[in-house]
Formats: sequence, C-alpha cells, structure tokens
Amino acid sequence: MAIFIDLLLNALVIGILLGGFYAALSIGLSITFGLLDVVNIAHPTMLVLGAFIAFLLNSTWGIDPILAGIISTPFFFILGWLIYQVYYNVFEKSGAESLRGLAFFFGLLFIIEVGLIIQFGVDHRLVEAPYIGQSWNIIVGQEIDVAIPFRLLVAFVVAAIATLAIHAYLTKTFFGRAVRAVAQDMMALRLMGVDPIRVKRIAFALGVATAGIGGALMIIVLPIEPSLGRLYLGNVFAIVVLGGLGSISGTLLAAVIIGIAESIVATFFGPSWAPAVSFGILLAVLAFRPEGLFGKTAGAH
Amino acid sequence: MTRILTNRVRVWLLAGLFAASVVLSGSFATTAQAQNKDPIKVGFSMALSGALAGGGQQSLVAIQLWAEDMNKKGGLLGRQVELVFYDDQTNPKNVPGIYSKLLDVDKVDLIVSGYGTNLIAPAMPIAIDREMVFMGLFGMNANAKWEYENYFSILPAGPDPAVGFSEVWFQAVEEKFKPKTIAFIAADAEFAQNLKEGAVRNAEAMGMEIVYEQNYNPKTADFTPILRAANAKKPDAIYIASYPNGSAGLVRALAEVGTDAKAVGGGMVGLQFAGLMAGLGPMLNGIANYDFFVPEPTMNLYPGASDLIDRYQAKVKAENLKVDALGYYLVPWAYANLDILGQAVEAVGSLDQEAIGKYIRDNEFTSVVGKIKFGKNGEWERPRTLVVQYQGIKNNDLQQFATPGTRKILLPADISTGDLQEFNALRK
Repeated sequence: MAIFIDLLLNALVIGILLGGFYAALSIGLSITFGLLDVVNIAHPTMLVLGAFIAFLLNSTWGIDPILAGIISTPFFFILGWLIYQVYYNVFEKSGAESLRGLAFFFGLLFIIEVGLIIQFGVDHRLVEAPYIGQSWNIIVGQEIDVAIPFRLLVAFVVAAIATLAIHAYLTKTFFGRAVRAVAQDMMALRLMGVDPIRVKRIAFALGVATAGIGGALMIIVLPIEPSLGRLYLGNVFAIVVLGGLGSISGTLLAAVIIGIAESIVATFFGPSWAPAVSFGILLAVLAFRPEGLFGKTAGAH
Repeated sequence: MTRILTNRVRVWLLAGLFAASVVLSGSFATTAQAQNKDPIKVGFSMALSGALAGGGQQSLVAIQLWAEDMNKKGGLLGRQVELVFYDDQTNPKNVPGIYSKLLDVDKVDLIVSGYGTNLIAPAMPIAIDREMVFMGLFGMNANAKWEYENYFSILPAGPDPAVGFSEVWFQAVEEKFKPKTIAFIAADAEFAQNLKEGAVRNAEAMGMEIVYEQNYNPKTADFTPILRAANAKKPDAIYIASYPNGSAGLVRALAEVGTDAKAVGGGMVGLQFAGLMAGLGPMLNGIANYDFFVPEPTMNLYPGASDLIDRYQAKVKAENLKVDALGYYLVPWAYANLDILGQAVEAVGSLDQEAIGKYIRDNEFTSVVGKIKFGKNGEWERPRTLVVQYQGIKNNDLQQFATPGTRKILLPADISTGDLQEFNALRK
C-alpha cells in the first residue's frame, strides 16, 4: 500500500510540475490563437529558437538559462511585432480567413527550423545549471518519499509567475482589457477610439515574446534539437483548445490536467498510453463543452 | 481532293525514317560508350534532420570521405563516384518515395541504406522489387521478415542481431551480480522493440524474472514517473532500449530519482554521440551500455579505423562542420558499408547486382572495421559488440571522452580495460 501511495503522490507532483511546464509552452499560443485568432503554427518552433538562444548564451558565456530567457524576451517581442506587420498587410487587411495565413506560418516554421539546423547542426543540446540533475527529496511517511526534480520545479515556478503576470496584465490593465476587447468585437473597439490593429500587433508580439522564456524552460527540462517543434505541435494546440480559446487561466488548468493525466497513466498503466489519454480527455471535454473548459460560448456577452 | 501523302512521298518518308534510325542508333552506341565514362551514382536517404540526425550527419561525412578516397584512386570501375542523397528527416514515411526517386528519376547505379532500422525497413520492398543489392547501416534485424539474399548488414551484432546486440551486456552483468529480477524500459519504435525482444530472450535464458516491462512514447518529456514505477518493483537490473531523447531523459531521471538496481543501461542509443556525452557529463557514471568503438588502448580490432577517425575529426575541424565532433560511433561503419560494396563491384567488374550480391555472400572482406563475413540474412557471422561502463567522468568537457578512461571496456574479455562496478558505487 505504501508503494502505491508513494507512486501516486510522486505521479501527482510530477504531473502538476509538468503541467506548469506545458502551460509555459502554450501560453503564447493561447494569446495569439486563442485571443487573436491567428493560427501561429510556428509557435513551438519559436520555442525551439528560444531554447537554442538560451543554449548559446549558456554555453558561450555561462549565463543561467532562465536569465538567458529573460534577456531574449525583448528580441522575441520585436520579432513578433514584425511578423504581425507582415501577416496583417498580406492576409488580414484583405479580409482573408485565418486559415489562409496558415501557409505563411508553415513557411515560417520551416525557415526557422532549417535556419537552426544550418547554424547549430542537428545534435541534441543541453544546458548546464546547478539545479539540473538534482532533486529535492521530501520524506512523507514510512517508505513514502517524494522526489521533486529541481529542473521541473524551476520550470513550474517560472511558468506560474509568467502565467499569473500575463493573466493580471490582461485583466487589470487598460491595454490588457483592450486585447480581450479586440477578440470580442473589433468594430466596437474601433468605435471606442482605439486602433484595434495596434492592439493586435502588440498582443501578438507579447505572445511571441513568451517564446524566449518558454524556450529556456524547454531546454532546462529536456534535450533540444531543431525539429522538436513539430513534435510538440499537437500537444500545445490541444492544451489551448482544451482550456478554451481566449482564456489564459483555462490554458494553465488544461496544461495541469494533461500533465497529471500523462503522469498517472505513465506510472500505473504504461507510458505508451499517455498520449492517448491526453487526447481522449480533450475529445471528451469538447464533446460536452465545445468551447473548452473556460472558453466563452458563442454569442455570450 | 488529292491525298496529301502520295505513295511516293510515303516511300521517301519511310526511307528517311529508316536512315535516321540507323544513324541515331549508331550515335546511341557512341553515347553508350561515352557513358562508360559517366560517373557511377550511389543513391541513399540519410537522417540529416530529426531525432537520429546526430548519427546521420556523421555517417554522411564518412560516406563523402569514401567517395573522395575512391575518386582519388581513379574511381569505381574507372568511373568517378557521385553521391546522390536526400534527407529522410528520420521519418520512415519519407523513405519509399526517396528510393523510388533515386531509382526512377535520378537513375542511380547502386543504392545503400540510410542510418538505422526504422529507415532501412521501409526501403526493403523497393530494393527487393528492383533486385538491387542493399547495404544496411546499423539495421536491427531489418531482413528477418524478408530473408532477401542481397541484403547485407553493417552491424557487429552477429547472426541473431537482437540477441547478439545485448548478449555481452547480459554476460557482464550475470558474471558480476547474478541478478534475479530485471526491469525493461523501451521506446515505442522498431529498433528498440527488436532490441528489447532479444534482450528479453537473453534474460529468460539466464533465468531472470521480468518484474517490469513497459514502452514509452517518443514524445515523453519527463521520465521520472517511468523510472519510479520500475524502481517500485525493486529490480536487480534495468535494461533500457532507447533513442537519444529517451536516453538523455532517463539519464537525468536516474540522477534525480536514483535507483537501487546494481546494473543499469544496455541499449541506450545516443549516449555515444559527442553532444549528449558532453551535455550529460558525470550523470553518465555507472551506466553500462553497448558500444562499437571507443578510444581505449586495446581497440586494435580495427587497424584502419583510428586513421579514418583522425581524418574525420580533422575534416570536421577544418571545414567547421556542424556534426559530431568525435565520430566514433558511426564513421568507421558508414565508411565500411560503402567500402565493401565498392570492393565487390571492382571484383565483379560490372554493375550486375546478382553478381555483386553473390560475391559479397561468398567472400570475406577486410575493411576499416576488420574482417567481415556475412552469414544468414546478411548479418555478420560473428558478433563483435562491446559492453562499456562509464567511469570517472568529472565534468562536461568533451575532451575527456576523446581519451581513454571514461568508457571502460568490460567485454569481450580479450580487449577488456576495466571491471563492471555497481551502479551506485560510481555515483557520488
């Protein structure tokens, strides 16, 4: 029995930590796809770009990866700003459906990936930091102890801070509310005297800016190689949809649910079932609540 | 109305066509002779991106070295060698299309495989259908289903690769610890599954009880739950059949969660790549893993290999190539793969695939990886896999892996440089 409790506790803890990590990967997409309806399919690859930048700073100057992620955030913001400019002028201005922009982001995905291969090669990369490879062992009872790997804990804490910060920004500040307003009704916002395009551009840049810190967390948690973005595409979109388009807190909750589900299934039923369970949960939730966990129902005000 | 083509015009037209065909066939004959000076094209797919690219890229450089060597000596059958290759992105779905293109559009004269079981298997039907000799690079039992007589494997795992690959690991572990229970963790991929099957047979033959046996999905981000679940069954040994990201993830999980097992490792691909070795550093200590070539002083099995590796490392440095800096894992083998094919073509004196295949089947070859004789299903007659244990790794410096001492050879006994120690004894 003790073994069962030990396994369950550890699976829960790892699941929550992993969920925080998944949230950090998905939050940028939650803004760009969830709020702005821009299908930024290149987002996971931008995370990989962020991871490589963190690797570069870490291996050349010994900079801590999280610090590296924070340093690279302004550059990603500018990158997102520029990308949206192009995207808007080519697609949105002419009134094209968001799906047509998909090809644009697909192209961006491959340009970034191949650029990384040319610059860094294809080998797996890792970063060095004092908290990687160690864990915090908490003794709960007889034969029951919980080992919390530092790298997951660090990723979770940073992800939680980032998510709460973005959530606060979007709910408490004027600009944040403008972003949510632009998602609801662009015309009404224009009538209020706010330029919706400027709002969308900055919001998109914010979404891409998360790739800096998100990428740094990625390379702390697992080894990175350029094509990893395509592997995580399904998971990240699933989490955003599960949480509900337009809800940051929904994304966090969805990520934690998926993290816990994967962890528990991997521990008790066999890790090969874990992806099936994650997508199974997504399907089940969408069957009963098509707008996702915290999404707004169509037509609700 | 008059007919356009009167009988006379028709006769002249036919005569003209006949004359033209005679002339043209004559010129085709000279073109065919001129074509004998055209390059011989060798076609293959290779993992230049994706999960196995660390191995694929170094293999490509080795193959390019072979082509350079051949062309310096005057080429193959007096014709220059030209390589035609495409990136399969470590995606098996890309392979059939690539080989169809190589054979039908690029019209290559010879084909060899990409790197790894997963990328060899999808090409087998095409090679068989076109009756081409097919050299396989590091394929685990790729020919077991087909029993194609013109497939030849470069993998020193012996006649029953899945068993031979892990045999030495089990021998070393059994000799030292006599484990009663064992746990298996394997990736959900063809190579790892084949390897695990063979390892399970070895374990059962030695009377070990299998207390845990699970597969993981390649997308798994964190391996601590899997390791904990395996540890809960208190195994004496843990055999892992994994690909690079899983290998790295499990090494980290071992550092974070620990284990009471006395022997850990076995079939972890990727721990031989320079980037991962340097990145994981001291976390590798204690892991006993398979390998093929390590810079230990007793590695005189392969006299030509050290020179080739020196040339490879020099080329990587000189051209600033973004590939594995050390090249121990695949370079000698990828070179041998082409070298043997080249030797057979020269010996036969033509590109007749049947004759080439028969020659390879009937003869023993000397190459940079020593003497090779192919047996049943194109596998090696004798296994020559090593089992090594990571010991004494101090930090993340790559140089320590280029010198003796960090990977002690446990078996084969005649080149052994160290003893197997308990996993936890080597962890601080």
